[in-house]
Amino acid sequence: MEKNKTLASLQKYAMIIALIIVVAFFYWKTGGKILLPQNINNLISQNAYVFILATGMLLCILTGGNIDLSVGSVVCFAGGVGASLMDKGVNTWVAVLAMLGIGLLVGIWHGFWIAYVKVPPFIATLAGMYAFRGLSNVVLGGMTVSIDDETFINVFGGGANCYVPDLIGNSETFNMTCMVAGIVAVVLFIGLQMKSRINSKRRGYETEAFTGVLVKMIIISAVILWAAFKLSNYKGIPTALIWILLVLLIYGYVTTKTRMGRYLYAVGGNEKATRLSGINTKSVYFFAYVNMGLLAALAGILTVARATSAQPTYGQGYEMDAIGACFIGGASAYGGIGTVPGVVVGAILMGVINQGMSIMGMDANYQKVVKGLVLLIAVIFDVVTKKEKK
Amino acid sequence: MANVLLEMKNITKTFPGVKALDNVNLQVEEGEIHALVGENGAGKSTLMNVLSGIYAYGTYEGDIIYNGEVCQFHKIKDSEEKGIVIIHQELALIPYMTIGENMFLGNERGKSASIDWNETYGEADKYLKMVGLKESSRVLVKEIGTGKQQLVEIAKALAKHAKLLILDEPTSSLNETDSKALLDLLLKFKKENGLTSIIISHKLNEVAYVADKITVIRDGATIETIDNREGEISEDRIIKGMVGREITDRFPKRSGVEIGEINMEVKDWTVFHPLYPERKVVDNVSMYVRKGEVVGISGLMGAGRTELAMSIFGKSYGTGISGELKIKGEKVELKTIREAIKHKLAYVTEDRKGNGLVLTNPIKTNTTLANLDSISKNMIIDKDKEYQVAEEYREKLRTKCPTVEQNVGNLSGGNQQKVLLAKWMFADPDILILDEPTRGIDVGAKYEIYCIINQLVSEGKSVIMISSELPEVLGMSDRIYVMNEGRMVGELSKEEATQETIMSCILKSGKGE
Repeated sequence: MEKNKTLASLQKYAMIIALIIVVAFFYWKTGGKILLPQNINNLISQNAYVFILATGMLLCILTGGNIDLSVGSVVCFAGGVGASLMDKGVNTWVAVLAMLGIGLLVGIWHGFWIAYVKVPPFIATLAGMYAFRGLSNVVLGGMTVSIDDETFINVFGGGANCYVPDLIGNSETFNMTCMVAGIVAVVLFIGLQMKSRINSKRRGYETEAFTGVLVKMIIISAVILWAAFKLSNYKGIPTALIWILLVLLIYGYVTTKTRMGRYLYAVGGNEKATRLSGINTKSVYFFAYVNMGLLAALAGILTVARATSAQPTYGQGYEMDAIGACFIGGASAYGGIGTVPGVVVGAILMGVINQGMSIMGMDANYQKVVKGLVLLIAVIFDVVTKKEKK
Repeated sequence: MANVLLEMKNITKTFPGVKALDNVNLQVEEGEIHALVGENGAGKSTLMNVLSGIYAYGTYEGDIIYNGEVCQFHKIKDSEEKGIVIIHQELALIPYMTIGENMFLGNERGKSASIDWNETYGEADKYLKMVGLKESSRVLVKEIGTGKQQLVEIAKALAKHAKLLILDEPTSSLNETDSKALLDLLLKFKKENGLTSIIISHKLNEVAYVADKITVIRDGATIETIDNREGEISEDRIIKGMVGREITDRFPKRSGVEIGEINMEVKDWTVFHPLYPERKVVDNVSMYVRKGEVVGISGLMGAGRTELAMSIFGKSYGTGISGELKIKGEKVELKTIREAIKHKLAYVTEDRKGNGLVLTNPIKTNTTLANLDSISKNMIIDKDKEYQVAEEYREKLRTKCPTVEQNVGNLSGGNQQKVLLAKWMFADPDILILDEPTRGIDVGAKYEIYCIINQLVSEGKSVIMISSELPEVLGMSDRIYVMNEGRMVGELSKEEATQETIMSCILKSGKGE
């Protein structure tokens, strides 16, 4: 029994342990460069799209291991349309709304075929992958369209000024706002944890052992404070981080606290049982894909803002990064299992590996090999531990 | 006395929580047709799966002695090499392949990796002729009817050089003529080639017609082997063996429950198969259930009981549903499951793992899945309330689990069944249709489920209990309907109903065709 428990907790935190090992490895190999403030900053900004797309992809995968192959093309298409509009002098916010609208329409297009006509998601989104890549080319005329709309670039974290300005301090070398935000986040985090724990205790629910919770809280708080300190030493909070956190918090809430979240897990766990419980399963699939379209558009906005331009080749392979992050983060390829925090860990792991290898100056081709192997190992681990349980 | 081809000695097979086979003995002589009979779930198929190596050696206890040697089959291939071939109830042919391809699937003709198609089709045609099929082996399987497909299965078995053929319900999907042809074919092979076969069947008239010996299995144990070589065994004699168990007080008494007015009524209910819309699955059925009443629906597997229940429950099964449904005297049309739940109807599935529970989710979320409305506000779930609800039902039904956060997949069958019941009780129905509520769970848990049923009717709810276990139907029901082949073939009061009267309702209706 005791052995089972250790095994279970080992499995639960396996990816976090793997993340620590990988970070330690690259720290050693790059002579500590990987943890320089600038690199942490880059890690976040460069991988913003992975966090956003993987969150959307998680919802699709939850419904039964269904994936969306079109997201890379949709990123490019939405971004391309936005860039072209702004190039023609359209108002920033109109352009942003247009981009999100495109994402929504693409999502409805996929969702309709998948949910109501029962086209297999793989095929419906493969078709979308081709079609929207083609449309991106058409919109951009096969060329790079640069973006010089300052508001757009600043809000969505692009260009040289992709940081939240320091509102409190006035030091050149230390960003006070960032540090304060980190401290506020930690206080909020601990407060919420304690509140829910006290609530559970009062109602007499089973709670985790206090020492375990304490250790977890201390570690998480320490990581947040450390990251905030590091970022303060550079230029402060990357704007992209705000968007990432917003998406993660919303979807963390949706998946755990709302009925739609519950339906996603139920459909993926057992579609028939869910349908026989009086739940409209078609609308669940529809929701997952419409949502994916919307988030793909948001990822598109962040991508073109960061590059301050749109090119017909943007977003290639993004779908694979998102899918990879989900599976590394413990989502089940059969659906019904997976969490937003898991996806975060998966995305960070992918990001660290990418970045670490880049700093080491590893050949880009070998980087792909390593990424592939990491994905495979993560899934093998998942399959094997599940088998042992039976 | 002919020599014994197969002997299964003291076979015991346990699944988690259930003893499926308990010291079963079976002796089959060379060149005979041996019938295995017993109720659903008696263990016939399990026994044959042990024999054919589907349950590998080591997962059961006891010995299989075949042709004088003790065998250890680890997979189907092992038993097939010895000439033991099993034909499953569900046809295992691939529709979009030709007959020839199907026949030699996994047994391909030709050298090493390349297939010799001439030899394949030549051989296939030879075996097809043996079973009396005139079709070319180059025809796609989907082009021929089920009767002929069953013959292809036999030809396929012969191509594997079968010495002992096992047929699991070979005639269940065949009509009278095709069944007769199939049985005669078996008799012919017995006479001409000395082929030994074991046939599992519910159709006792067929068993009496074809079998030399009949072994009766009940509750996972062999009851008797009846010699039928003289061909004079009556069906009644077999039925007696099948159902002749004593009913002790395995069923809790229900007293002081008043039976009130009619709660739900179905009239002229007809349902067609969703994939073969020309096939009637439920044929002009009428029935009703009153307040505080437990109504049993008895019948063999495939009688259309589940289909009837699911078609009533928000049309969750079938096409072309026609008929009248009245709930509390009011005519209603339940187009979706949601509407059915709103009209206080609940259907507790027979297939708790496949259709009932989300095994990867915890007990608490399974409990509330059918009624999230009552624990949520503006689409947001009140988790405290959910926990309380799950706890309340855990205590009420005495579900054994460490916490309600536990995944349902880790529970025993009996406890899973309780979670499933909890889910539908929480949906607050007035009419519950329980489909095989005690399938695959042990006696103790069964008793607890019966107590829950009694509790439900004492609260004035109506319970329709579909069950293949006759003692259960007899022990629990106030009134019993008997279904066979999609039709209601009998309605018996508690006083009239016995195992024999139910069985004879079924058998009589079957012969009418």
